[in-house]
Amino acid sequence: MSDELRELYQEVILDHNKKPRNFVQLKPPAESSEGYNPLCGDRLTIYLQVRNGKVEDIGFQGAGCAISKASASMMTVAVKGRTILEVNDLFDAFHRVVSGGGSETDFEKLGSLKALAGVSEFPARVKCASLAWHTLKSGLNHTDTPATTE
Amino acid sequence: MSPTGVSKTFNPEDYRGDFPVLSEKVYGKSLVYLDNAATTQKPRPVIETISRFYSRENANIHRGVFCLSEQATHSYESARIKVQRFINAASTREVVFVRGTTDAVNLVAGSFSKAFLKPGDEILITHLEHHSNIVPWQMACETTGAVLKVAPVNELGEVILDEFEKMLTSKTKIAAVAHVSNALGTVNPVREMIRLAHAKQVPVLLDGAQAVPHPKVDVQDLDCDFYAFSGHKMFGPTGIGVLYGKEQWLEKMPPVQGGGDMIRTVSLTQTTYNELPYKFEAGTPHIVGVIALGSAVDYLQQVGLDKIQAYEKELLDYATKSLLKIPGLKILGQARDKASVISFILGEAHAHDIGTILDREGIAIRAGHHCAMPIMDFFKVAATARASFAFYNTHQEVDALAAALQKVQEVFR
Repeated sequence: MSDELRELYQEVILDHNKKPRNFVQLKPPAESSEGYNPLCGDRLTIYLQVRNGKVEDIGFQGAGCAISKASASMMTVAVKGRTILEVNDLFDAFHRVVSGGGSETDFEKLGSLKALAGVSEFPARVKCASLAWHTLKSGLNHTDTPATTE
Repeated sequence: MSPTGVSKTFNPEDYRGDFPVLSEKVYGKSLVYLDNAATTQKPRPVIETISRFYSRENANIHRGVFCLSEQATHSYESARIKVQRFINAASTREVVFVRGTTDAVNLVAGSFSKAFLKPGDEILITHLEHHSNIVPWQMACETTGAVLKVAPVNELGEVILDEFEKMLTSKTKIAAVAHVSNALGTVNPVREMIRLAHAKQVPVLLDGAQAVPHPKVDVQDLDCDFYAFSGHKMFGPTGIGVLYGKEQWLEKMPPVQGGGDMIRTVSLTQTTYNELPYKFEAGTPHIVGVIALGSAVDYLQQVGLDKIQAYEKELLDYATKSLLKIPGLKILGQARDKASVISFILGEAHAHDIGTILDREGIAIRAGHHCAMPIMDFFKVAATARASFAFYNTHQEVDALAAALQKVQEVFR
């Protein structure tokens, strides 16, 4: 198998795919937002509990490829407990890294999310990694239309 | 078949050299192209026709009195005769050039519904249709108040013929059915379906995108009322396709587009339409596409349609057996009569992950819902991986696919 593939499907990603963290539906008052990738049919719902400008709790449900599921799982771990400002900052850094334009500071900010950087070698799969993030952002912005990566 | 898995009767190597792209490398590996249901590769005669036309013969058709225009018109209309003979249409008046299958279905859905549909009428399709044989009919229902009915399929991915028959009622005004399912490979019993429909005076449109050129298509023998297909799935260019329609229907249907070429006379108060098939060919058409489609027809006939069909069947059987040996692999769509398409899922691996890993082995397959979301829902999957074969594919390529799928399994153990 090629090095790029090994980089893409590394242990931590396969592990999150197999055993997704925070794979739960949160009850109201938690708000939910929908994400949909029309190209491949991946769907996910993110449940958000925000209090005092902080992500107090987060969960997700849905079906998709290993990359989208692992990315959603890792994202929930990364943003839990963070302020909305921090989450927005992380979103931007993540976006730059998976698109192949991340700086050293971006990589540092990402922490364990760095594992998804290999996606940048697979342009067709960047959308898989970013679906959860776009869905989270639309949840934070209280938009009602499903988030897509288009 | 010999023990090494090489056909005795047909050798794809005799033809692979005709397809330049097949010798390309992907990530340093030989391209194994198994996405023929999406589009087929182009043989040299087709490529050369396009290049020659634009280099030496380009002119508009049906207009100029100069040499090049007359030649172009002749080439264009000769291609129509080739297509007419290829599908055995009764006349060239029944061969309308369109952009592709989607365009052809939309033409019929738009024009037929305008002429014949009223509120409460029914349109019958099946559960395994491609979106392009669903959405145009939904749109026709929206504009006319007609109702869309859907004949169900069984667990093998076959249309349930009894149900189809029951759903043909006095309200049914047209039935639109895939000849071959793109998502599953099912070959529908279209001859029987047409017989049942005609017994109730219901005309039938066949979506032949996936059928041509796998089984030989004879529209008079099938007795279908409309037949839609695309050039690019039969080794011709993209952007060109054919709508066959029985003259008796086409005559009664209004044009869907107005413009040049489709008129006889125009004044500012009144226009009379051109005769068939030009009534449906407004504007400058895809001239070179039509001529190159003619070259694709010539090429296919040289290879031999019967030989192609027999070899593809053999390759399908070989691939089906090879893939079923892989633990956890499940084939969706196991109709008794199938074209060379294998739609599958593999354990916990998602189709897109399969597609990415195979791609790095140089193997091109399709991963997704295949523009047939309703049938995916029926099998309760969001996506499948799909390998689809043409006559230039080899047994070794099937082996490469099977080996690469083993690698997928290693990743997702």
